[in-house]
Amino acid sequence: MKKTIITVVGKDTVGIIAKVCTYLAENKVNILDISQTIVDDYFNMMMIADMGKAVKSVSEVSDDLDRLGEEIGVIIKCQREEIFNSMHRL
Amino acid sequence: MININEVLETNKMIEKENLDVRTITLGISLLDCIDSDLGRLNEKIYNKITTVAKDLVSTGETIEKEFGIPIVNKRISVTPIALIGGSACRTSEDFVTIARTLDRARKDVGVNFLGGYSALVSKGMTEADELLLRSIPQALAQTELVCSSVNLGSTKTGIDMDAVRLMGDIIKETAELTKDNDSIGCSKLVVFCNAPDDNPFMAGAFHGVTEADAVINVGVSGPGVVKNALERVRGENFEVLCETIKKTAFKVTRVGQLVAQEASRRLGIPFGIVDLSLAPTPAIGDSVADILCEIGLEYAGAPGTTAALALLNDQVKKGGVMASSYVGGLSGAFIPVSEDQGMIDAVNAGALTLEKLEAMTCVCSVGLDMIAIPGDTKPTTIAGIIADELAIGMVNQKTTAVRIIPVIGKTVGDSAEFGGLLGYAPIMPVNRYSCDAFVNRGGRIPAPIHSFKN
Repeated sequence: MKKTIITVVGKDTVGIIAKVCTYLAENKVNILDISQTIVDDYFNMMMIADMGKAVKSVSEVSDDLDRLGEEIGVIIKCQREEIFNSMHRL
Repeated sequence: MININEVLETNKMIEKENLDVRTITLGISLLDCIDSDLGRLNEKIYNKITTVAKDLVSTGETIEKEFGIPIVNKRISVTPIALIGGSACRTSEDFVTIARTLDRARKDVGVNFLGGYSALVSKGMTEADELLLRSIPQALAQTELVCSSVNLGSTKTGIDMDAVRLMGDIIKETAELTKDNDSIGCSKLVVFCNAPDDNPFMAGAFHGVTEADAVINVGVSGPGVVKNALERVRGENFEVLCETIKKTAFKVTRVGQLVAQEASRRLGIPFGIVDLSLAPTPAIGDSVADILCEIGLEYAGAPGTTAALALLNDQVKKGGVMASSYVGGLSGAFIPVSEDQGMIDAVNAGALTLEKLEAMTCVCSVGLDMIAIPGDTKPTTIAGIIADELAIGMVNQKTTAVRIIPVIGKTVGDSAEFGGLLGYAPIMPVNRYSCDAFVNRGGRIPAPIHSFKN
């Protein structure tokens, strides 16, 4: 298991989740959990994904999602889970 | 499992509050490069640095991308060059060739600063130490991003006043040689009392002789994160204030610890320490002075500033120490003037003086940092300012430092531009009375009584 956190932040429009999920499926990234919330009128989505079987590296996926985000007008980040665990868990 | 609010909090710190890892500094021992032939020595130094550090920048960039945390600087520190060049260098010019080699190696591995053009002379100078000291102005003028530091005193040894006096001249000469760029050479030169062997921050980083062959040290940052956290507890009592700083420092340091461990693992180089310093930048919202204002001061420098800074420094350490397995370096709040917009504002408003800054250095890490003074300040006066600052370090068993810039051709009312992370600084007035007879006495100040613990 190689957990990464994918976050999507931006104005809500049709098909954001679909596009992100399609990309992840194509690259064999397994989604474990999805949650979302609205903060200051912005759509915030978080996915916990397993990249254990992914065909690309975390930094490649991160670059791809960055570009995908630009195309659909949202900010997409892909970060390894450890940064959040180290900050918020003892 | 991690929840969405925690993820959003972390990313807000990174995106809106300037949370970053300020530096991954790779310390490299050059002791095995020592040679009596200057040409061979330079070749060995170049080869060692470019071999050990070849993957530093790319590894740093990969970590940045995978964790989504900016790592602002990738740097190198080396063994104090006075020790390395001693047997090969017969003149100051010989030492300057090593400075140029260091700059070339630095450029070829792509790091943005290399520190360690240094000498440790807290009790006395060897011939090589003195040659290196005298070579500093040329070395800093002829290289781009090599940093120099000199340890002039310690609690254990007292203060080498001959070297302090000499550094007054060296700083002035360095300023003269770089006067076309607002004497920027002096921003790459720092003098210390009780210099740590594992400091990852420039200009004072060097790889101490107590260290292993190579080591990874990481400096965290995050004044903006602390400031934002404190905005949420306005008007609360000191207990709440301190708890908030402590918790925030813990979170910031954990990121540094993670990055340090990852860098160490990937490079196959042992992890040394995390330096807990709150290091500001000229960016708006990345200011230690702004934290002091948030604590309740109109400007940094107002009455209460020293107490507020003492509290801040202590809580940063208390939170940070638990977050990392090894803490070291300078670890505290930095209070540079030019690199901190809040400090610059305070100086411009007349709230912050050199004397108040000196008092503040009693309770936080380092000392008089990035302070621009009139270009016609006498070398003896600069030596006097250094002696005062080092005395604070010596007596209080802490690190203190001076990085002061006599800006040639400018005076109070003018401003010096250094650019980038170094920022800009209004020229601050210096006490105009003389200390010539004091600093010209010669010799050294003995170690203080409380250093005798054996």
